[in-house]
Amino acid sequence: MSYLSITDADREAMLEAIGVASIDELFAQVPEGVRLRRPLALPPALGEAALARHLEELAARNVHAGVELSFLGAGVYDHYVPAVVDVVLSRGELLTAYTPYQPEMSQGVLQAIFEYQTVICELTGMDVSNASGYDGCTVAADACFVARHVLPDRPKVVLAETLAPQVRQVVRTYAPGFGLEVVEVPHRGGVTDPEEVAAAAEGAAAVLFPQPSFLGCLEPAPALAAAASEAGALPIAHVDLMSLGVLEAPGAYGCALAIGEGQSAGNWQSYGGPHYGFLAARGELVRRLPGRIVGQTVDADGRRGFVLALQTREQHIRREKATSNITTNQTLLALAGLATLAWLGPQGLREVGETCLALAHYARERLPLEPAFEAPSFKEVAFRTPIPAREVVRRARERGVHPGYALGRDYEGMDDVLLVAFTEKRSREDVDRLAEVLAEVCR
Amino acid sequence: MISEPGRAWPDVPLLFERSRPGRRAGRPPRPDLPAPEVPAELRRSRPPRLPEVSEPELVRHFTALADRNFGVDTGLYPLGSCTMKHNPRVHERFASLPGFRDLHPLQEDEAAQGALELMWRLQGMLAEIAGLPAVTLQPAAGSQGELTGLLLMRAYFADRGEGETRDTIVTADTAHGTNPASVTMAGYKLAKVATDPRGNLDLDDLRRLVDERTAGLMLTNPSTLGLFDEGIEEIERIFHDAGALLYYDGANLNAVVGISRPGDMGFDIVHFNLHKTFSQPHGGGGPGAGPVAVRESLEPFLPVPRVVREGDTYRLDFDVPKTIGRVRGFAGPFGVLVRAYAFMRSYGPALREMSEVAVLNANYLLARLRDVYEPPYDRHCMHEFVLSARGLKREHGVTALDVAKRLMDYGIHPPTIYFPLVVPEALMIEPTETEPKERLDDFVEAMRAIAREAAESPEVLREAPHGRPVRRLDEVRATKELVLRYDFGELAPALSG
Repeated sequence: MSYLSITDADREAMLEAIGVASIDELFAQVPEGVRLRRPLALPPALGEAALARHLEELAARNVHAGVELSFLGAGVYDHYVPAVVDVVLSRGELLTAYTPYQPEMSQGVLQAIFEYQTVICELTGMDVSNASGYDGCTVAADACFVARHVLPDRPKVVLAETLAPQVRQVVRTYAPGFGLEVVEVPHRGGVTDPEEVAAAAEGAAAVLFPQPSFLGCLEPAPALAAAASEAGALPIAHVDLMSLGVLEAPGAYGCALAIGEGQSAGNWQSYGGPHYGFLAARGELVRRLPGRIVGQTVDADGRRGFVLALQTREQHIRREKATSNITTNQTLLALAGLATLAWLGPQGLREVGETCLALAHYARERLPLEPAFEAPSFKEVAFRTPIPAREVVRRARERGVHPGYALGRDYEGMDDVLLVAFTEKRSREDVDRLAEVLAEVCR
Repeated sequence: MISEPGRAWPDVPLLFERSRPGRRAGRPPRPDLPAPEVPAELRRSRPPRLPEVSEPELVRHFTALADRNFGVDTGLYPLGSCTMKHNPRVHERFASLPGFRDLHPLQEDEAAQGALELMWRLQGMLAEIAGLPAVTLQPAAGSQGELTGLLLMRAYFADRGEGETRDTIVTADTAHGTNPASVTMAGYKLAKVATDPRGNLDLDDLRRLVDERTAGLMLTNPSTLGLFDEGIEEIERIFHDAGALLYYDGANLNAVVGISRPGDMGFDIVHFNLHKTFSQPHGGGGPGAGPVAVRESLEPFLPVPRVVREGDTYRLDFDVPKTIGRVRGFAGPFGVLVRAYAFMRSYGPALREMSEVAVLNANYLLARLRDVYEPPYDRHCMHEFVLSARGLKREHGVTALDVAKRLMDYGIHPPTIYFPLVVPEALMIEPTETEPKERLDDFVEAMRAIAREAAESPEVLREAPHGRPVRRLDEVRATKELVLRYDFGELAPALSG
């Protein structure tokens, strides 16, 4: 099967118009020595029906959230994706367009990105948002690049150990290229100590901390931001959009940037991607931001329209002096986020947050395990297990329940800690079922 | 709707302007359980002003926005270097199979065997196409693939004790802007090599530039001029003789799949743009994927996790001691990988024919337009080509931008303009292999008609487009006044910097 549209007759007519006898002649510019002299060794072509059967077979060999009662979170969450998202994803005019370089052809995408930017600014309490980054990890590296340029005499960033391990790993991958040293502040009982942050932030360009923490605790976020600011570093909060109906906006407690993983708002889990990262900032940082930014303007008749703004920051204009190399980003996923957040509205978002809080609170009482940390939680709670957490996962899965994430995979000394996520898709009865299974497998 | 002069396009209000207090769409479940109080200092103090809209209005909103947008599904989209080919709709079904869509990335390996097998097979197919043995699927986009490739170079040279001495990357003056931007992000210095009169890298300039401080070359081949570099074998010798590496920017791979492999050209590192060559819905700007293939000598440094096969089972391998680390979360943009895998399985070895037809289509357009718009080089092209509108500018005061805007009125998305920078008034045109001859003929007729209009009524071009939802937009004003979010009727925040 192929998606070509040229008939044999077309081919002959086209070759004649070009003035060559064969397609091979067009490739005469490829030196003989670098040509492939055999067919590609690839599996034979499949028709659409056979291809569908093959992919269905592969998909059927995965155990997904529809066949297992899952409490797995740790960065990717099983929140409800409303059907209005399908409206965005099924319209070919949006789905099959590229970056809106030609705004008169792209007012739909441009307006939607402008609305997305507004929603992100509202949720985070920031002045400006870009059109998306790759994910919640790479926006952390992007934010460090911003800080590096804003405070060039401070070649260091501070990461709270309570940030998701993957976020820290990606920052560490990028940091040498930026000329940045990376320092981590260890957790104390699942949260970060503002005094330790204050000490570590001396000479640092930025302090990155999560809210809530990867360990399932609410951080003293305002105190962490203040500690960073007082030391002269930019405070950067890594937040969960779905928490921001009940938790304070980073802008309200003095953060310079707010970043995070957008998956929980509007994206399927999809084995880790594609998702979107969001990045928002205070107004004075706008010219240092990475990625696309949409702005409002007028047309020749004075009517409102939208265009890519501040393109002189970007790689296609500024080249080696650009604020990032981002070109293809995650617009479609971000628009799914916009549709989801608009579907929820302010009341729905608060209700999702309250449901998460209620289920997590109920689980603390109901599960036959002790919470590993005292600090209050949002939608995830770390529990201490009497046998290794990985063994709890294995045994519970045999009973059709995925009980969560074994933190020992990332944190030393936490082999007996299980991180359990409660989204609004889980019910009180689901938590009861989890409690029963944990009681059985932890005996 | 494509372009209709005289049609009254109604303004589409912003979601925030449709909002009415108390209106709503979604109603999340509310269990009969008490919610604990969030500590006061951590609690939301002011509700976010999300739009308050009902579902019918929300659906109409996105439908109206879609109507004001143009995609490959709408019509010809010959945006050079972006490979805007057809997106098979069956791919959306595949990516939405619950076994893929609802699979958690931290699911145990034994419960994700289908996903891991798909990734492992995709790695193998990409390795064959690259002519290089080892592949990472992690990078999220082409430009992240570039950065990954450069970080691999850093790690490779550091491992050999040459980390301090090799500090420069050579790029072509025709390179995409991502190349120099990635060089900076990787902490390298940039050297630029000129283009010779045939459109190849200037080999004399190159010999002068390359020395013991050179870490490597980044090259797109065919170049952004749509030309295969005829000196590629000599380029390879210059870099490898100097102990440097060669990086292949796969942005233009659509020209040469099954015809010439980057590994056989001598490249050590290759990134693929899965969203270009192997078809993804570009979604108004993304998502994409930028897998990287490398030679054996660079394999120890690839990002983690890697997908490996042991007997009949697959697993994610994190035990790679010399890895550069992670470049994004989890194992890769899986939904993009599913679609690319499906595309490659549809064609099989006939992917070569895909490239042949891409090159045929581009040359057909070039042959039929070269008497009206000037090609900068007198050669056949590969999958794309560049024309210059400088003749129209000189004679009629009409620019490449005017030509682009006028094409909209003919129902065609404009090509890439003013790039590459080495060609004045550049129009960079890439039809892709999925277009039928009739659509190519439409483009030819439109471009020729526009050239006539430039002589007869240039103001029609300068004021174009005439039939889109908006007339020409003031892009300068957008950057001067910086309205980057809805103001809710308040004064916009002061943006400075």
